[in-house]
Amino acid sequence: MMMSAENVLSQSFEIIGRDFSRAGSVSTKVKEILQEIGIDSIIIRRAAIAAYEAEMNVVMYANRGELILTITPKKIHFKVEDKGPGIEDIELAMQEGYSTATDEMREMGFGAGMGLANIKKNADQFEISSTPGLGTTLDITLYLNQAEKR
Amino acid sequence: MTLRKIKEILQAEVICGEEHLDEDVKFAGASDLMSDVLAFGQPGILLLTGLSNFQSVRTANIIEAKTVVYVRGKKPDKQGIKMAIEKGIPILSTKLMMYKACGLLYSLGIPGVDELQGKK
Repeated sequence: MMMSAENVLSQSFEIIGRDFSRAGSVSTKVKEILQEIGIDSIIIRRAAIAAYEAEMNVVMYANRGELILTITPKKIHFKVEDKGPGIEDIELAMQEGYSTATDEMREMGFGAGMGLANIKKNADQFEISSTPGLGTTLDITLYLNQAEKR
Repeated sequence: MTLRKIKEILQAEVICGEEHLDEDVKFAGASDLMSDVLAFGQPGILLLTGLSNFQSVRTANIIEAKTVVYVRGKKPDKQGIKMAIEKGIPILSTKLMMYKACGLLYSLGIPGVDELQGKK
């Protein structure tokens, strides 16, 4: 974990694709870090759900990925970048219920087509970009002071 | 309603968290889809599920569920039980099927998580 002079904490976590036994371990760790810092529990919960869904997407679809957690006095930010198949039609992928999940993913209780919509719902700002054949990047921001949201 | 009462109603076995049995549960939700649980779950929820793999315990921890009740005699694996103990999440297992377990708890006064949100 790095803490710079500007009170910015940054830590990166590796996510291994298709490793279902470890799936969710990064977001569990992220939640513990946010709890240690003493962030508001409602914001922690939203952040943990967003991180968990993003992590599961990498585990399910990509070869590997990275979640970079950055905490400043004003916000929590997750950059989740993966090397994987990417998303052809982001608008379609954002729709609740749309899914390309396999049976294995569904057996884990995921792949219901709720993930990206769930991330957006829990974030204050959400951006997604993807290059088919290369990978997908998510930018997820939650503001610590909810009055500063927009 | 206390977890102890819920255990009696569902004729459930306590897998872990015996020390939490006198705590109260105010509402519940049921699903085998963890993404759905992440979408509707609220802190303090009693989660009924038939998904017994490790992800059900992880999901319960992320949404801050009060307890997880596994239906149809299912039980979490060792990794799941270990995490539930670490995170202080009591786990029950009932032989009843999902429909009956939900029906019993609902008829005895435990509202659904969506009704609770409506009352706020």
